[in-house]
Amino acid sequence: MWWLLNSLNIPLSVETVCVFTAPIFSANAAWATYLLTKEVKGTGAGLTAAALLAMVPSYISRSVAGSYDNEAVAIFALILTFYFYVKTLNSGSLFYATLNALSYFYMVCSWGGYTFIINLIPMHVLLCIVTGRYSSRLYIAYAPLVVLGTLLASLVPVVGFNTVMTSEHFSSFLVFVIIHMVALVYYIKGILSPKMFKVAMTLAVTIGLTVCCAVIAIFIASVASSPTKGWSGRSLSLLDPTYASKYIPIIASVSEHQPPTWPLYFVDINVLAFLVPAGIIACFSPLSDASSFMILYLAISAYFSGVMVRLMLVLAPAACVMSGIALSEAFDVFTRSIKFQAGDINSESSIAQNDVSNVDSNATTDKSETVSKEPSRKNHEKEKEQEIVKKVTSKSQNGKKLLVLPQEVSAVVILLLIALGGFYVGHCVWTTATAYSAPAIVLKSYTPDGLRVFDDFREAYAWLQHNTDVDDKVASWWDYGYQITAMANRTVIVDNNTWNNTHIATVGAAVSSPEKAAWEIFNSLDVKYVLVVFGGLVGYPSDDIDKFIWMVRIAGGVFPHIREQDYLRDGRYHIDAHATPTMLNCLMYKLSYYRFVETEAEGFDKVRRTEIGNKKFELTHFEEAFTTEHWMVRIYKLKLPKNRIQGKLKNKSSSETYSSNQTRARNTRRNPWQ
Amino acid sequence: MAKSTSSDAQMLIRSLRTAYAATPTNLKIIDLYVVYAIVTAVIQVVYMGVVGSFPFNSFLSGVLSCVGTAVLAVCLRIQVNKENKEFKDLPPERAYADFILCNLVLHLVIMNFLG
Repeated sequence: MWWLLNSLNIPLSVETVCVFTAPIFSANAAWATYLLTKEVKGTGAGLTAAALLAMVPSYISRSVAGSYDNEAVAIFALILTFYFYVKTLNSGSLFYATLNALSYFYMVCSWGGYTFIINLIPMHVLLCIVTGRYSSRLYIAYAPLVVLGTLLASLVPVVGFNTVMTSEHFSSFLVFVIIHMVALVYYIKGILSPKMFKVAMTLAVTIGLTVCCAVIAIFIASVASSPTKGWSGRSLSLLDPTYASKYIPIIASVSEHQPPTWPLYFVDINVLAFLVPAGIIACFSPLSDASSFMILYLAISAYFSGVMVRLMLVLAPAACVMSGIALSEAFDVFTRSIKFQAGDINSESSIAQNDVSNVDSNATTDKSETVSKEPSRKNHEKEKEQEIVKKVTSKSQNGKKLLVLPQEVSAVVILLLIALGGFYVGHCVWTTATAYSAPAIVLKSYTPDGLRVFDDFREAYAWLQHNTDVDDKVASWWDYGYQITAMANRTVIVDNNTWNNTHIATVGAAVSSPEKAAWEIFNSLDVKYVLVVFGGLVGYPSDDIDKFIWMVRIAGGVFPHIREQDYLRDGRYHIDAHATPTMLNCLMYKLSYYRFVETEAEGFDKVRRTEIGNKKFELTHFEEAFTTEHWMVRIYKLKLPKNRIQGKLKNKSSSETYSSNQTRARNTRRNPWQ
Repeated sequence: MAKSTSSDAQMLIRSLRTAYAATPTNLKIIDLYVVYAIVTAVIQVVYMGVVGSFPFNSFLSGVLSCVGTAVLAVCLRIQVNKENKEFKDLPPERAYADFILCNLVLHLVIMNFLG
C-alpha cells in the first residue's frame, strides 16, 4: 500500500501506512458486514450490523491504529468471503463464485484461520443437502470454490501442498464428492420417470456402497498411519482443548490461547451477547440458505471462541450480524405498529385478549398467531404488564392481518432500544479507551497521591541503546524481543516471531538452570546481556517469575533434564522458604531477586505476596549492569571467564578462554570466579 | 431375482438413453466437454501412478485444471439449460461470459502453479 501511495505521489512514510492500515481495513470490514447482512436479511439489518461491527470492542482490540497485525485484514477478508458465498448462493451467478474464490485466496494469504472457512462452508453445504435444500445454486456456489480455492491456497508458500495433504482440508473434498453424487441423483431424477428412478436407485445403491466402502477403507488406512492423523498442531489444539498443554507448551503458554472467562464475553461483545439469541430466532422465521449459513457460522464460532480467547475475534462479526438482524427486525415491528396506528386510528374493530408467549420478532406474517416478545429485552417487566394485544383486522385494506402493539408501547420500546444502543456505544468507547489503547510499554497506576507513571521499560531500553556495544546480544524472554529490537536496537536471541521451539526452549533452559550451566548456555549463544522483568517491588503482575512456569514447561519439552517436578513443592510454585532448592538456585530466581533485600520492601514480593526464600546471595557468573527505577527491568552482564590459573599463580586479573578439561579439577575447590 | 434385476437394468439403461437423447444439442456439446475433461484427468492420474509424483505441483495443477474446467462446464450447463426454472431470467450470454471469466482466472492460477 505504501508503494501504491508513493507511486500516486502521496508521500507517506512506511510507519504511517503501517499505523493506519488496521483502521482502514476495519472500515472496510464494516462495509463488508453491511453487504453480508444485506444478503441475508435486507438493507436495514445491514446498516445496523455494520454500525455494530464498527464499534465492537473485540474487533477494535485487533485493529487499533498502530497495531500492525494481520488479523484486522483477515477478518475483513473473512467477512468478504462469506458475503460472496452468500451472494452466489442467492443469485447463482458464476461471477460471484469467482470473486468468492479470489477473496478466499486473500484470506489464505492473510491468516492461518482460513481453515475455518474451508471447513465451515462444506459443513453448510452438507447441512443444506441434508435438510433437503439442495439446489443448483448450491452447486454453483460450492464446486468452483473448492477447485479454485484449493489451487489458490496451494499458491501461498506457507500452505503449499498442505491443501491436499492435511486433514484440515479433507472435509471440503469429501463434500465435493458428496455434492457431485447428489447433483447426479437429482439430474437422473429429472430425466427419468419415477418407476425407472426407483430401479436406478436400487442398482446404484448396491454398486455404490461396495465402491464407497473400499475407498473409505483405503482412505482411513492412509490417514491413520500418520501420527497426528494429518491434523496440524493448531487445529488439534482447537479440537481438543487439552492437547496443547500436553504436547506443545509453547502454544499453550500464549495468554491469548487460554479459554476466555465469562466476563470477557460481556466485555468484548457487550450488548450483542443477548441480542444474538433474538437474531437466531429471527433467522429461523424465513429460513433461507443464507440465514441457515449465519446460524451455523454463529454456532461454530461460538464453540471455538470458548476454546481460545483469540477466537472471540471470529465470533464478533457473526454476533454483530445476528444482533443487527434482531435489532432491525425489532425496529421494524415497532415502527410499523406506530405507522399503522397513526394512519388507521379509526378502524379498531376487535380487541382481543391473548396469552402472551415468547415473541418471534418477525411477527408480521399473515398468520394470526399470538404475539410474543423478544426474550432478550432488558425491559422485560415493562412488557409483561402490557398483556393486552389489539388484533387489528384491516378488512378495509388489503385483507392482511397485522399484529400491532399499542402505540405508546411501541414508542416507549423504541426509545428503550435506542437507549440500549447508547449503552453499547458508551461501553465500546470506554473499553477502547482503557483496555485497548494504552500503550503497553508505559504503565500507569492511580495511587492515592495521584498518577504514578512507570516508564521502566523505556528506561531500560534506552540504557541498552546507549551503554552497550552495537554488536552485543541480549537474551530475554521472547515477549520482549520486538521491543528490544525496535527500541534498544540490539540483537535478541528470541523474539515474538520465533517459530523454532528448540530456540525458545534453549533460552528457557538457560534461565531454569543454576548459574554455571546458564552461563555456559548463554556463552555458547554469544550473549552479552540478560534482561529480566521483575514486578515484585511495585506489584507488576506479569513479570518473568510469573511466566517462569511456562519457561520450565517449554524447556522441559525439549530438554528432558529440566523436570517441572523439581521446581514444584506440593504441586505449586513457591519462591518463599518452601521453595525447592532447584528453584532457589535457578538463574531466573537469582537474577530477579538479587539484592532485593536491600530495597524498602526487604524481600517481600508484592506480586506473590510472600517473603522470598533465599535472601542474601551473591552472583558468581553474572554482574548487575542496570536496574530501572522501580526495579521492573533488570539487566545483567555475563562475566568474562577467569583465567585458568596455572601453577601457583593467584593473579586474578589476567584473562584467557575457559575450557572444561583436566586443569579444572585442580581448581574446583577454590572458586575461580571470585 | 437376478434376471429381474438384469432386465431392470436393461430397461433402465434404455430409458436413460431415450431421456438423454431428448436434450438439446448445445447441452450435449457441453456434456461432451465435461467427459473429455474428466478423461484427461484420469489419464493424468494414471500417468502419475506410473511415473511417480515428483513435480507434485505440476501434477496437482494439471489434475485440478481438468477437474476445474469440468466443474465450470457443469455450472454453465446448469445455467444455460432452458428447463431449469431458477435461471430463466439469466440471459445465456451472461452465463457464457461468466464461464469465460472463471476459466480465465482458473487458467491464470494453473499457469502460475505449474512451475
